Amino acid sequence: MTHSNVTKILIPSGALGLGYDRAALARGVAESPDLIAIDGGSTDSGPHYLGTGTSKYSRGSIKAEWRELMQARAAAQVPLVIGTAGTCGADSAVDWLVDITKEIADEEGMTLKVAVLKSGQSPTRMAKALVDGRIHPLEPVTELTSEVLESCTNIVALAGAEQIQRALETGADIVIAGRTTDTATIAALPLMRGCHAGGAWHGAKIGECGALATTSPNTGTIMISFDAQGFTVEPMGEAAQATPYTVSAHMLYENSNPHQLYEPGGHLDVTDAQYTALDDRSVRVTGSTWVPGAQYTVKLEGARSGGFQTVSLALVREPRYVENIREWVADIEAKCTAKAKERLNDPFTLELRLIGADATLGNLDKTATIGSEVGVLGIVTAPTEAISREVAKILNPYLLHHPLSEQEEMPTFAFPFSPAEMSRGEIYEFCLNHVLELTEPMEVFRLEVLEVGK
Amino acid sequence: MTKLSEIAFKIRSKNAGPFWLTIDIFCASRKDFERVCQLARSTRVAQVLGTDEAQLKRYEIADLNVLKFSLPRPQIQGTRFDRDMHGASFAVLLADLEG
Repeated sequence: MTHSNVTKILIPSGALGLGYDRAALARGVAESPDLIAIDGGSTDSGPHYLGTGTSKYSRGSIKAEWRELMQARAAAQVPLVIGTAGTCGADSAVDWLVDITKEIADEEGMTLKVAVLKSGQSPTRMAKALVDGRIHPLEPVTELTSEVLESCTNIVALAGAEQIQRALETGADIVIAGRTTDTATIAALPLMRGCHAGGAWHGAKIGECGALATTSPNTGTIMISFDAQGFTVEPMGEAAQATPYTVSAHMLYENSNPHQLYEPGGHLDVTDAQYTALDDRSVRVTGSTWVPGAQYTVKLEGARSGGFQTVSLALVREPRYVENIREWVADIEAKCTAKAKERLNDPFTLELRLIGADATLGNLDKTATIGSEVGVLGIVTAPTEAISREVAKILNPYLLHHPLSEQEEMPTFAFPFSPAEMSRGEIYEFCLNHVLELTEPMEVFRLEVLEVGK
Repeated sequence: MTKLSEIAFKIRSKNAGPFWLTIDIFCASRKDFERVCQLARSTRVAQVLGTDEAQLKRYEIADLNVLKFSLPRPQIQGTRFDRDMHGASFAVLLADLEG
């Protein structure tokens, strides 16, 4: 590979919907990137999105930002690739972004070839893979049975560079991918072009959160230039600087092991990486290593129902009750639980958290102090919406009037809302922390090419 | 007695996926880093985080003057008893360590 084969990947921001500095994006487009890559989501906002197959961000925000990226793509005349479309990367979330893409193409008069990569997995097929011994647990090990897999509302496999490469090989203008590792959309093209493999994955990790690896995270846009020896990081925001410290420290971010990163087909090791400042804003990185694995595996994520939840919030301001708040809620929890069990035959859990005391950390908080008021958040979880509401309604009179002792006038506490009960609907839980063995990378992924626009 | 938060310049806790928490303690100098490594002994850290020491992974990253701990989440992210979706507040427990 010669110097002219440097592969430049422009990353507008850490995720579609987070926003970016428009001038920084324009500067990036003017520097002739080879590809524009952006992440569409992660698990970090919780299991609701995968459970329901929906996006966390508003449709309007996504459409506005995606339109600008589609315009940037048209100006740069290079592929635009999004991974983990629609926050969770489930098939329904991919379809949602494909619909938005079609609308924009029509409105802008663009004619585009769109490659759609789907990562959704059938629970029945995954249950068979479990029986066949092709699914293996990661640490911390959680129990997995066929019943758990079949109860998932969505299971996705995390695509890696190989699947993104198949999508790019179609000659698509835009690649819309379902669940993908954070790095795959960035590493795919440099790897295809024979750039240094350790550098491709390491540079992709540094770039996946946009300008987070610089001194000005809010500018969003960053350019990573890959070559045969390593990669160079250059922020596109005028005030942003990448330094050896900001770049090397980014391997710590949301990563349990600061030296290694596991991907389908192997892992990255950055133990021997060297970080050199090229000037006051760009950093050169070499010495990262890619270690191929013995078996090609993809990580699985799955979410299933965790029941239905109803919450109530009461505010306690009366000093004697604030002072004795723990005793008060313990008494309510015991009495309400007993009464609800007497009246209903269904299982439920009731929990009262003290906002303003230790609602954040619970029992781990040994130094919590209580101020002049306490919010009491009652959380009821049950197998159906109706039962969760029933229990929350049984809780209502306690939160409104429960006295600390029998010998006192009936107290009344503050409810900010009527009704006091708020339905949270169905809740979900992540139930897969496993990898799936594949015979070849496309085995469980589906690729389709669409012509959109006029 | 000095608190960890008085030595380190930043203590950050985050999810590392739905099943792990990771806590990064950033120090401004090698001297501060060495004091932090001394103060945040794994036994004490495991105790304040309510986990087994065997489950706690410790990384002393001298090049960055960062001490990092990773541990399985006390509750899997987003399950009914989880209190902190992004794992953001666990840093406070280490900030208060004294030595």
